[in-house]
Amino acid sequence: MSIDTGTPAETIPPAAPPHPSESHQWTAKVRHAAESAFPPDQLLPDRQPAYMASWIYVFGVLTVVSLAWVIITGCVLAIMGPSWWHVSSTGHFVNSLHLWSVEAFFFFMVIHLWGKFFMAAWRGNRRLTWATGVISFLVSVGAAFTGYLSQQNFDSQWISTQAKDGINSTGAGAVFNVLNFGQMLMWHIVLLPIGVLLIAGLHVLLVRRHGIVPPFAEGGDDTAGTVDTAPTPAGEPA
Amino acid sequence: MFLGALLGALINLNGSGRYIHWGFIQISVANLVVIVLMVAVFVLAILLPFPRRKGGGQ
Amino acid sequence: MSADAKKRRRFNPDRDVRPWKGAYVPYDILKEAFVAFLAVLVLILLLAVVFSSPDEPAVTLKTWSAVDPVDFAQTAITELDGSSGTASYGPPYNSTPDASQHMGFFEPNQWFGVHQPIDTAQDFVITPLRTLPNQPLTQAAITLYQHASPAQQTAWTTAYEKAVANATDVNGRLHVPAGRYGPVGIMVGSLTNMAQTGGLDGTLLSEGQFYNTNYTKPLLFLADGSYLADKADAQHLSGDQWGMMNETGNYPGQAWLWLYTMWYQVSPMNSSTNGDLEVWVIMMVLSVGLIFLPFIPILRSIPRWTRVYKLIWRRHYRELASA
Repeated sequence: MSIDTGTPAETIPPAAPPHPSESHQWTAKVRHAAESAFPPDQLLPDRQPAYMASWIYVFGVLTVVSLAWVIITGCVLAIMGPSWWHVSSTGHFVNSLHLWSVEAFFFFMVIHLWGKFFMAAWRGNRRLTWATGVISFLVSVGAAFTGYLSQQNFDSQWISTQAKDGINSTGAGAVFNVLNFGQMLMWHIVLLPIGVLLIAGLHVLLVRRHGIVPPFAEGGDDTAGTVDTAPTPAGEPA
Repeated sequence: MFLGALLGALINLNGSGRYIHWGFIQISVANLVVIVLMVAVFVLAILLPFPRRKGGGQ
Repeated sequence: MSADAKKRRRFNPDRDVRPWKGAYVPYDILKEAFVAFLAVLVLILLLAVVFSSPDEPAVTLKTWSAVDPVDFAQTAITELDGSSGTASYGPPYNSTPDASQHMGFFEPNQWFGVHQPIDTAQDFVITPLRTLPNQPLTQAAITLYQHASPAQQTAWTTAYEKAVANATDVNGRLHVPAGRYGPVGIMVGSLTNMAQTGGLDGTLLSEGQFYNTNYTKPLLFLADGSYLADKADAQHLSGDQWGMMNETGNYPGQAWLWLYTMWYQVSPMNSSTNGDLEVWVIMMVLSVGLIFLPFIPILRSIPRWTRVYKLIWRRHYRELASA
């Protein structure tokens, strides 16, 4: 004698979920877009085009790691507060590390910019990569400026009382008060680092997406023929 | 004691700064050194041979 | 071909590239980043150990009034009579007419208006003096001044300005020649004493609040005098000394500001009352130009014309030639 156990609903195989590209879910759509834009072996590649055979190519990564040290040393200063470095020799040393990592950051970033200019690195749909790089530079200048304002010493007194004239002339002084230490410190340790990281992060992602710009054609003046204006397939140079 | 020596400056850059006047340009020796170094590093980065990598081709 | 048919346009070597169909080589991106991370650590440790960093102590109203009580008093009278730099600044501090910088109709400082209101007579002189206890003479002088007519106040402040131009510093004490300046002499004298005790620094900063991180008032007062500016000039930090790029002592400064400060050295910006706005506009145009460089003909051709790329990619071109 057999027992009819029926067919519980749980044993009915569920319908196959829609393909992410067809899903209406935000989550699936975002994940699918991210995976398409940045396949893992492109986000973290283990190979590079053979034409990347110059020391000039290390200045991008040198800039990024310098920024990392700016942030790390800044975090140590933040642990003990903005007055620490005036009263402690350890604090002064950390401040020195912070200052020299900023000098290194701009040193490497400008050399990186010179290299990318002479490579015309905007070619092949890389104009947004170039633009985010320039904007990173400009936002970094602003971040450094608020850092100089936050020193709480003679230098910050002079810089603030001078800079106020430039900034006031634009009308921005109505809100952005360089004489207000508290406000400038918060711009320096909260708002501008977020800005720098977002824009620099976007810049790096765009480099991963479009790849490193190939060399000029031999002779450098290849005007024959046409080029496809469709977007570059992700990851492949041009 | 060593830490004190480590944390202080071995070369004291305080005191009155040295400046170079060239026409309408006035630049500190320190900034000039930085800029000259940048140009030098840029030129070296382009000129110095890059080590060959082995293997892998597409 | 699909409905969104591929558009084709003429190849422009300053804008376009041919797809790379050549070789790839193995490359460890994380190891490179890690090595660079350590290399920069070694670099900044070396620099910090060898050079440290500058820390010139801040100037206070106390040190200023002690070192140069005459300059302090000369500044204080201009705060009282509304002729100081801050008092006549215009927005964002006050509504002085025709004070904002402009280029033609473009006058953004005026448009944004007063948002950091400062009344120098009240904020820098009268209110701090009113906090002084056990000073009946000073309090009476202030009351007399406040109840006088504007014309009388002007007569007193003008007379004091003339007298204090010949003031002397006798062992740190202000000595102003006699004159018909009514209660103003007592007020400025008291203010100078208050500054010399350190009381003015604290009062200007806090003004009714226990906690304050906004140094607008003491900094504006300091900047109106010559003491701060003279110290800065001695360190090559003044605007006409390319000072924006510089640091105190022999430290490297902000070399990346070279172009911003350069415009302040050239005509007409170096003598224009609208110089700050003019320089800012120039730098905005240049910055936008740099962002949009890939779209600008001639400029975007410079890399190809200068041929620096031939050095950068010389191995690639050699391998192509031998292939």
